[in-house]
Amino acid sequence: MPRPSHTCRPPRRERVAVRSPVSQLVVETPTSMRDALARLQRGATSGAPLAPLAGGTDILVDLEGGRETRTRFLNVWPLRPTRLVSRSSDGITISAFATFSEIAGHTLTKAYPMLRAAAREVGSWQIQNRGTLGGNIANGSPAGDSLPVLLALDAEIELASRSGTRRVPFATFYTGYRATVRRPEELLVAVHLPAAPRDGVQFFRKVGTRQAQAISKVVLAGVLTGGGETVREARLAIGSVGPTPLRLSGVESVLTGARLDDATIARALEALDAAIAPIDDIRSDAAYRRVVAGNTLRQFLEVARSA
Amino acid sequence: MRVNFTVNGRPVDVDVPPMTRLLDVLREEIGLTGTKEGCGEGECGACTVTLDGVPVVSCLVPVVQVQGAAVGTVEGLGAERALAAVQEAFTHGAAQCGICTPGILVAAQAAIAATPQRLTREQIRTALAGNLCRCTGYMKIIDAVEAADAAAKPHVPSAASRKGRRA
Repeated sequence: MPRPSHTCRPPRRERVAVRSPVSQLVVETPTSMRDALARLQRGATSGAPLAPLAGGTDILVDLEGGRETRTRFLNVWPLRPTRLVSRSSDGITISAFATFSEIAGHTLTKAYPMLRAAAREVGSWQIQNRGTLGGNIANGSPAGDSLPVLLALDAEIELASRSGTRRVPFATFYTGYRATVRRPEELLVAVHLPAAPRDGVQFFRKVGTRQAQAISKVVLAGVLTGGGETVREARLAIGSVGPTPLRLSGVESVLTGARLDDATIARALEALDAAIAPIDDIRSDAAYRRVVAGNTLRQFLEVARSA
Repeated sequence: MRVNFTVNGRPVDVDVPPMTRLLDVLREEIGLTGTKEGCGEGECGACTVTLDGVPVVSCLVPVVQVQGAAVGTVEGLGAERALAAVQEAFTHGAAQCGICTPGILVAAQAAIAATPQRLTREQIRTALAGNLCRCTGYMKIIDAVEAADAAAKPHVPSAASRKGRRA
């Protein structure tokens, strides 16, 4: 297959060691959230920031691979609240320290089947028992399985610091490849999800090399609401086809108010193609990702059409 | 840093750097070498142990986070002369080189214990999706877990049989 002469690559994370020497790593364990935020503040102010460490399913992999340059960590595992998911005034609030197993099995996520589907496709059972929602978000891989779900649901991220808390629309959380608006003194503590659209068809599809333990090649999430054959509301997001997960507003514009017929589907696929910027990488070619992204969107629309 | 926790019900006390992997603490400090390192990056499941009752890959758990927790390893399932039912089920071809076996036994036992219903073969596959085996081709492993599940739940009706190809 002919390869393009130029492909856009994100900055490569270089190995700095064979494996990071464990004895040189500093871990601070806070006794309370207040203490945790004080430690983060001290780290930030002193120029020796602490990296929050939750389930470790990304950080320890990077340490093993010699790709982790940070040496100072804040162990946030003891901060896990007893109530990991709660009702809010307009939806639910999920603790950033909730594991994917906890999210998938929690009674309050019943109205969000695409969130449960994503949670059940992260890694494996062992990884789901330790990997946290906050970690998936903060790690910021564009292939993160939960991220398109959060984008499609208009999630808000809650960041805490000594100065208080602030809420950031998830749509503005990433400023570039693995770059977030979290300041060094802040801790990601919660994710707010508005109520899931009632009567919506939710869809989640992760395409990977196998059904588990695979980093996604394409990951699509969305919800379509329609009375009869006309789409009332469309929310779609996709990962692994750009430097960050992408909200597909162009596709949504095509779909909103339209009949889900072949012509609309064709236009939606064109809008998708214009929106995504996949790259060649170790997992897949850009051209392959384009085809698969289109097939995945088509599958969703056909599922919605016959629902 | 001193960390104390329990392993298979027994209290342990170690003094190691906080980011030492639980895998290494179990093998090197405590001498329980049943838990294996297959990949060191959470992909293969050979290092699976239970942490407060749920299976995790111990190569990705920093020991600082194990403070006060209960760890379960393959050694806690049964003894050489008194195999657990799940271990006995594996003696009919479900293990060849054996390197994946401890991790699979821990994950399988956790899956059996996690649900009162009988596991379908699909559920067994999902529970073991984080455990790779290079030798057996998995079929006898799934058979063994299915048999152990049946033995553990003698009065529970089996899962509805699937039509078509055996999973």
